[in-house]
Amino acid sequence: MSNVPTTRKPFFRRRKTCPFSGQDAIKIDYKDVKLLQKFTTERGKIIPSRITAVSQKKQRELAQAIKRARFLALMPYLLD
Amino acid sequence: MAFYETVFIARQDLSAAQVEALAISMTDILTQGQGEVTKTEFCGLRNLAYTIKKNRKGHYVLFNVDAPPTAVKEMERQMRLHEDILRFLTVKVEELDVNPSPLMQTKHTRERAFEPFEGQDPYASFDKIKEDDDEEGDKE
Repeated sequence: MSNVPTTRKPFFRRRKTCPFSGQDAIKIDYKDVKLLQKFTTERGKIIPSRITAVSQKKQRELAQAIKRARFLALMPYLLD
Repeated sequence: MAFYETVFIARQDLSAAQVEALAISMTDILTQGQGEVTKTEFCGLRNLAYTIKKNRKGHYVLFNVDAPPTAVKEMERQMRLHEDILRFLTVKVEELDVNPSPLMQTKHTRERAFEPFEGQDPYASFDKIKEDDDEEGDKE
């Protein structure tokens, strides 16, 4: 514990907020491919909410929207 | 009556006029069932993310529907039978959106109705956040 270098800059936790909550929230829409793509990896997988800071409730909505977009061939099921 | 949003994809080798005729015939089914189509959007020929029945592209059409469930069911049945329709999705919504859908916003109409983060990309920092998480791991 004591061998942590003291010169190391202090760790700042970035304040994460859900982009779909609050007053200037974005609406989740399965047709808004440009938005949904930001919550998927380049392979087309859904990014976990612990990385994107989306709230639990909104993550469920988001996942549903992405799955709808996939069904309509607006987004890929997988890319390689 | 309930509000619905229906999107269907028509085969790529149909002409724009044929797609329009198809949309009108589907609208007719709804109006016969005492329903109403408040908005029809022809989103044009789009690339599909994967091939559906050997089609790489498809005509996307969006309906905003205010109709009883029986009328919607009948329309879906007809869509299932129709060979020119590759796929359709009907979603029940709380309220109908009068603004043009994001599907309509192609390259020449990229301007959004509102820009929530004033031009800056709110998600550009995701990679940064990931790095921070790593750092957090290091600390322990």
